[in-house]
Amino acid sequence: MTERPILETRDLTIRFGGHVAVDHVSCSFDRGTLTAIVGPNGAGKTTYFNLISGQLKATGGTVALNGEDITRHSVPDRTDRGIGRAFQLTNLFPTLSVRENVRLVVQSRARKGFDLFSIAESHIELLERADHVLAEVRLIDQAEQIVSALPHGDQRKLEVALLIALGPQVLMFDEPTAGMSVDEVPVILELIRKLKADMDRTILLVEHKMDVIRSLADRIVVLHNGELVADGDPAEVIALPVVQEAYLGKAPEAA
Amino acid sequence: MLTRLLSGDTPRSGLLTLLLVAVLISLAFAPFLFPGTKSLETAARICIFIVLVASYDLLLGYSGIVSFAHTMFFGIGAYGTALALSTSGPSYWSLTWGTLAGAFVAAVFALAIGLFSLRVKAIFFAMVTLAVASAFAVFVSQMSWLTGGEDGLNYKIPRELTPAFKLVNDKVFGVRINGKLLAYYLVFFASLTLFLVMLRIVNSPFGRTLKAVRDNAFRAEAIGYKVVWYRTTATVLSAVMAALAGSLLAIWLRYTGPATTLSMEIMIDILLMVVIGGMGTLYGAVLGATLFILAQTYLQNLMGVAAEATSAVPLVSTLVAPERWLLWLGVLFILSVYFFPSGIVGRLRAGRA
Ligand SMILES: Nc1ncnc2c1ncn2[C@@H]1O[C@H](COP(=O)(O)OP(=O)(O)OP(=O)(O)O)[C@@H](O)[C@H]1O
Ligand SMILES: [Mg+2]
Repeated sequence: MTERPILETRDLTIRFGGHVAVDHVSCSFDRGTLTAIVGPNGAGKTTYFNLISGQLKATGGTVALNGEDITRHSVPDRTDRGIGRAFQLTNLFPTLSVRENVRLVVQSRARKGFDLFSIAESHIELLERADHVLAEVRLIDQAEQIVSALPHGDQRKLEVALLIALGPQVLMFDEPTAGMSVDEVPVILELIRKLKADMDRTILLVEHKMDVIRSLADRIVVLHNGELVADGDPAEVIALPVVQEAYLGKAPEAA
Repeated sequence: MLTRLLSGDTPRSGLLTLLLVAVLISLAFAPFLFPGTKSLETAARICIFIVLVASYDLLLGYSGIVSFAHTMFFGIGAYGTALALSTSGPSYWSLTWGTLAGAFVAAVFALAIGLFSLRVKAIFFAMVTLAVASAFAVFVSQMSWLTGGEDGLNYKIPRELTPAFKLVNDKVFGVRINGKLLAYYLVFFASLTLFLVMLRIVNSPFGRTLKAVRDNAFRAEAIGYKVVWYRTTATVLSAVMAALAGSLLAIWLRYTGPATTLSMEIMIDILLMVVIGGMGTLYGAVLGATLFILAQTYLQNLMGVAAEATSAVPLVSTLVAPERWLLWLGVLFILSVYFFPSGIVGRLRAGRA
């Protein structure tokens, strides 16, 4: 295992005023692995994602993708280089149709955004790819619907669909199954499992459900008050007292 | 074939199709259907404003960008053509280079404003355009040795486009086939072409991306679109289209001045036309511009007729007295915005479902 990590953060830090939301987090992620990131509410998981994909700029430390320092890169530049994410709070194009949402992602990936003189609908291959993804997440029957009129559970599925359509090297899922109906959850988890297996991707998954983590994760990273407090094999990490406490929502110093 | 010409963006409503076809036929045959100088003036104005309003919708409706500099770009185009014609003579060559120069200057201005201010908050962009447009209007009125100041510029256009030029000696369907008619058809076909080009742009992958950026710029970035560049390109395209509309006005009127191109009043008219027609659909620009200009031109006459007809009823006849036409225009707009918040086109398309 001398292969260098796909993604690496070193001393990654962000301060909001006096509050340090992510505190010197150093961690690296290898090709073809799925890492679960856990921690109580407000631990800094989403903020850590925001620092990696660029929505927030670090106050200190670095993010490197394939050995290249991307700490100062813009969000679209990082997306171009292979970092993609789905959001914890659904974040879609509300006035457009479900199909158009996915088509836009496929179009971006095909680098057709600056094509001014062809008719968008004439790019059949983009539409087919979009429909393929919609079929995978079982949203194809709702393809024509306007997103703002979609039930919450379906919006969550579309959120995941956008990331799958983007198909980047590094995929970050932020509680993908939260708000989904019980019978939809296995569909999404199966998709994530498939991504991990046959696409040689690197997946970061923020998830609260322990059974999901046990069945999917190769490794668990625990954040607490912005600090990385545990990192390792799922069975071992889950057994650690600090994790048990974190999961009960109790701060260690109070225990 | 027709669908391709419309870039796949068909009206998608029976009544809307009917209205659009009616406008198209009326404008295409205006000199024959509505003879008379005033109606031809109105028809040409409608053609030009359709382009101007559509180009504004490219920004407001499709990209979600509020700009107050649209009349500035309109004016830059008009003054470009006007200055070329008045300095280097009434040739097609001056007409062409003046128009191209105007469009180019508009593009450079739009690029500068866009890069300077589209990175930050939307309100900042709106403020910058307001400031730049006001400064530009003052500049034009001060530079009277060049621009004619408040009086504007009168100039000659190529003879073939003036009433003095007779194409055929006899009247056709009772209409004189002269240079004015040719000028009208130049305006008409240029406007139609520009409109179809814009229709293509908004239905292209680029146009679709603009809508995504308008809807959720944050997510658009997260799927790889460089939002600033999309917004800036939209601003530049919209400015160039407005400048070309300005050049058409300059050719048509043979006069260019601050009042016909740069005034804040025109800016507000454009805004109203976009909103009344329906934001985010270019067909809205067609209906918005047509109705607005018709109302602006004929409401006064109509009210004169109404006042006469109701002269026996004291209160009503004072209310509809022709002097009150502006009041009624205002009332009409408030009502239309209240009842059709998504514009006429939005309303017609929703009615279909
Ligand atoms: N833009 C911001 N400005 C100020 N404080 C912020 C900002 N973003 C996050 N925080 C703070 O940083 C801390 C970490 O928040 P974050 O959303 O990363 O937690 P999380 O681990 O994702 O929690 P959850 O499980 O609830 O999603 C919180 O205390 C939050 O209030
Ligand atoms: Mg979170």
